[in-house]
Amino acid sequence: MAIDPQPEAVAAGGPGAGFPPAPAGVSAGTHGPWYLAYKRFVRNRVAVAFLGLFVLIVLFVLAAPIWADNVAHTGPNQTHTLQKLHVDGEVREVVTPEGKPIGPQLFEADGKFFLGADSRLGRDEMVRLMYGGRTSLLIGLTSALITTMTAILLGLLAGYYRGWIDTVIARTLDVLWSLPVFLIALALGIALAYGGLSIGPIELSGGSLWIPILVISIFTVPYIARPIRGEVLALSEKEFVEAAIAQGASPLRVMFGEILPNLASTIIVFFTLMFANNMLFEAGLSFLGAGVQAPNSSWGTMISVGEELLTTQPLLAIIPGVMIMLTVLALNIVGDGLRDALDPRSKVRLEAHAGIVEPKGASV
Amino acid sequence: MSAEGLLAVRDLRVGFATEGGLLQAVDGVSFDLRPGEVLAIVGESGSGKSVTAQTLIGLTRSRNTRIEGSVKLDGEELVEASDAQMRQLRGERIAMVFQDPMTSFNPVYRLGAQIIEAIRAHRGDTGKKQARERVVELFEAVGIPDAERRVDDYPHEFSGGMRQRAMIAMALALEPEVLIADEPTTALDVTIQAQILALLEELNRKRNLATILITHDLGVVAEVADRVLVMYAGRVVEEGTLDEIFYDPQHPYTWGLLGSLTRLDRPRPKRLPQISGVPPSLVALPDGCSFRPRCPHEFAKCTEMPDLSERLSEAPRHCDRCWLEPDEKRTKRQVEGQIGLEAPA
Amino acid sequence: MARFVLRRLAGMIAVLFAVSVIIFLVFNVVPATNPAQLLAGKNSTPTLVKSIEEEWGFDDSLPQQYVTMMKKVFTGELTSYKPRISVDEQIAERIPATLSLSIGAGLIWLFFGLLLGYFSALRAGGWLDRLLTAVSVAGISIPVFLIAPVLIYFLTYKVEIFPNGSYVPLTEDPWEWLTHLILPWVTLAILSVGFYSRVLRSNMLDAMNEDYVRTARAKGLSERKVMTRHVLRNSLIPIITLFGLDFGATIAGTAIITEVLYNLNGVGSYAAEAAVKFELPPIMGVTLYGAFFVVLVNTIVDIVYAYLDPRVRLGEAAAA
Repeated sequence: MAIDPQPEAVAAGGPGAGFPPAPAGVSAGTHGPWYLAYKRFVRNRVAVAFLGLFVLIVLFVLAAPIWADNVAHTGPNQTHTLQKLHVDGEVREVVTPEGKPIGPQLFEADGKFFLGADSRLGRDEMVRLMYGGRTSLLIGLTSALITTMTAILLGLLAGYYRGWIDTVIARTLDVLWSLPVFLIALALGIALAYGGLSIGPIELSGGSLWIPILVISIFTVPYIARPIRGEVLALSEKEFVEAAIAQGASPLRVMFGEILPNLASTIIVFFTLMFANNMLFEAGLSFLGAGVQAPNSSWGTMISVGEELLTTQPLLAIIPGVMIMLTVLALNIVGDGLRDALDPRSKVRLEAHAGIVEPKGASV
Repeated sequence: MSAEGLLAVRDLRVGFATEGGLLQAVDGVSFDLRPGEVLAIVGESGSGKSVTAQTLIGLTRSRNTRIEGSVKLDGEELVEASDAQMRQLRGERIAMVFQDPMTSFNPVYRLGAQIIEAIRAHRGDTGKKQARERVVELFEAVGIPDAERRVDDYPHEFSGGMRQRAMIAMALALEPEVLIADEPTTALDVTIQAQILALLEELNRKRNLATILITHDLGVVAEVADRVLVMYAGRVVEEGTLDEIFYDPQHPYTWGLLGSLTRLDRPRPKRLPQISGVPPSLVALPDGCSFRPRCPHEFAKCTEMPDLSERLSEAPRHCDRCWLEPDEKRTKRQVEGQIGLEAPA
Repeated sequence: MARFVLRRLAGMIAVLFAVSVIIFLVFNVVPATNPAQLLAGKNSTPTLVKSIEEEWGFDDSLPQQYVTMMKKVFTGELTSYKPRISVDEQIAERIPATLSLSIGAGLIWLFFGLLLGYFSALRAGGWLDRLLTAVSVAGISIPVFLIAPVLIYFLTYKVEIFPNGSYVPLTEDPWEWLTHLILPWVTLAILSVGFYSRVLRSNMLDAMNEDYVRTARAKGLSERKVMTRHVLRNSLIPIITLFGLDFGATIAGTAIITEVLYNLNGVGSYAAEAAVKFELPPIMGVTLYGAFFVVLVNTIVDIVYAYLDPRVRLGEAAAA
């Protein structure tokens, strides 16, 4: 039996904690497994490039108030229906009497209406794009966090206790898995957006961003919970878990101290893919009016507004769509890169997502 | 029939182009096989025995494989034969039985259908009904009870031993001249192993089949083989009749193989003898004799590759690939494992 | 096999029951507002709300309310209230458009996905193979609401190759039916093509290393027969399950958005129109029928799967 070379690191939840002790003779030397994974990730040029793209997108949406206050001098919901722009002595209407919004001005009007106006309401498209991106990313991130945490909890409970707890959880996940989740999420999204939610101390009005977040979180849990449960089932048969139980460790200690750290690489990868998946989910719901409600906006709601003017101002529908695509693509490629880096032996590649994060199962 | 025998293999070399360079899996193998004879090819995994067997029926052909030398079936050259010619010959003249009967049948088709497929691939004019009757006959011949009904079973409905019988039935379907059995008993229980070996021996006798038996298990060899080819790292290191190999082994590697055979007629050894070390990597073979790093009798000359020695006996020949003198061998192998003590003089 | 089918059907009924309970909870229990108010729609008169309350029996116990709801759905009494329109009739009227869209798109992505996958497996590492790898990554990331506007803008406004949107019934004019559906089909199918070709390719590459393929060669089958009867046939089996799940998810997901984008007036557009007006009865109906349909498709797929792969039946029997 090989002796764990870094027992302190495991106890402290340090950087070595996520990996089981290296098998004898395959010692990682002076570098920990996380360092090696980092090295492998950095060598993957494509993944690094798309990580860079994702960082740029995040910076872009974070800069929303700066742009709004200093360049556009307007807010995301401020209408400019009757306003006129003076460009090079020429007067341009933000919205024509026929209701056609102005096209992209770039820097011609000192950055005002950089991408034009959004609709007959004459709101600044660029400002809306930045603020809408905040909403989209926020919902994607928060719901991915909730999904992942719920899935970890369910997976640990089911995989560790087995018996009837496992049966109940696994069957529920199976049923949820086989349902047309998008359609049911649509129904729930509408019902809640209309009626609001009040469960115990939680009171949510129909317009709250928490409604799409919760709806998405509930329906995407099986995507992660099922694989995690499987891994917990396998891990709980391993010697180090049995050893911990034999030493009298409490179930909580075993689940969170022994098993959870070994799930780290799976969780990281799935979290990334879920983030992407949930952004698409949100965009689909919002596009149909069952997600983000006015006055909030997201890239999904922007597409549905822009789509009405497809013939005259096609960019209004296409630009937010491109933003969604770039963000989701970046997250998917980074997720794949992480998988390769964290578990190089894994045969699971994109094509094997089939049962895991399956492209159309929940998203759009 | 030529003097060389039904199947004549001369200096067969098989190399695979890999990322790590050319991998010479088989390096100069020669042997003859006569009808009704059982030739055993013995060696550890990676010794090239399976590659040799699969090359005989052209299964190793690919863009990344280099095959040299000569394989003649009844005088007809196979190494240069076209893919279409090889395809016609497979199953029809040379048939093969594989190691793992669990995975060697397609799980989604009925067993009967898979054998009928083989028959009709070569005899397209055979009617469905006629082919089916033939399968029932074959099932009976290999000892599958209730053959009429079991023809329509799926592979997973058969036990391992029965499945291997079905495999043999499939191999016999077109009355081939040569049967290659690649580790046919390795995946089976010991009692089933004996039954399958008995079946192979019976078929060999009754049908005058020329049989090549690939195995790593000298116990299996002792049961059925007429002649034995010992392979190591892609080369033949010793060849001889069953008696010669068992009672007068010449190569230290053969001694090792014999030594690790558990025997009931001897006092139990203190510890099971074994060959130390691991088989060499084929991409980085040592200079000279490939067995040198694991051989307890290595001496200066071993850094040169020994040729396969002149025959020790009249045809069929007994020869080996070792620099030791025959007298030295006799003394050394006695010290090592008291092998060949009861050799008839 | 019969036992397997019965077990699956029983499972299906259990899932359908679960679906209906979930829908019931979604509309009648979870929202904080009075459900009669929700069903009536925004700015409704108190009289209407009152009459809906009585009609639906929102004072009854929850099980009784559930029974009332199910009865309404299945007797065609489900109506939207402003104006009073039968939901079931609306759905029946709009089903042809939805089925034309989904089935057509499904066939297209299956056909091209499998075709490309087969050839990229035969030449693994070649240019087609590498192209499809890239396409499949993009495929799971591009939303239909990006593809559709691009296609519509360039192929119907800029260059008038295809008619813009709307659905023409097949019985009315087959040619118009076809031309109106080409862009929606492409939108829905194009991204799955890359994905399916990847799945088939990797299944086939795995299958090529199987012992039974070596056996097939050893018995002297032609290379084409080895590839089709053994490699391809075995690789297709898992795709059937995948297709069942995807097809269901498409009808109840992506297809809704595609219908809206192309103005197809299908069941999905009906739900979307209702969503914008916060009109709940149509959504209730569409969700229930949609869910039933999807669960039914999945059950059929399971049964077909078991028929094609005898081991599944065995595993099921062993588990029983």
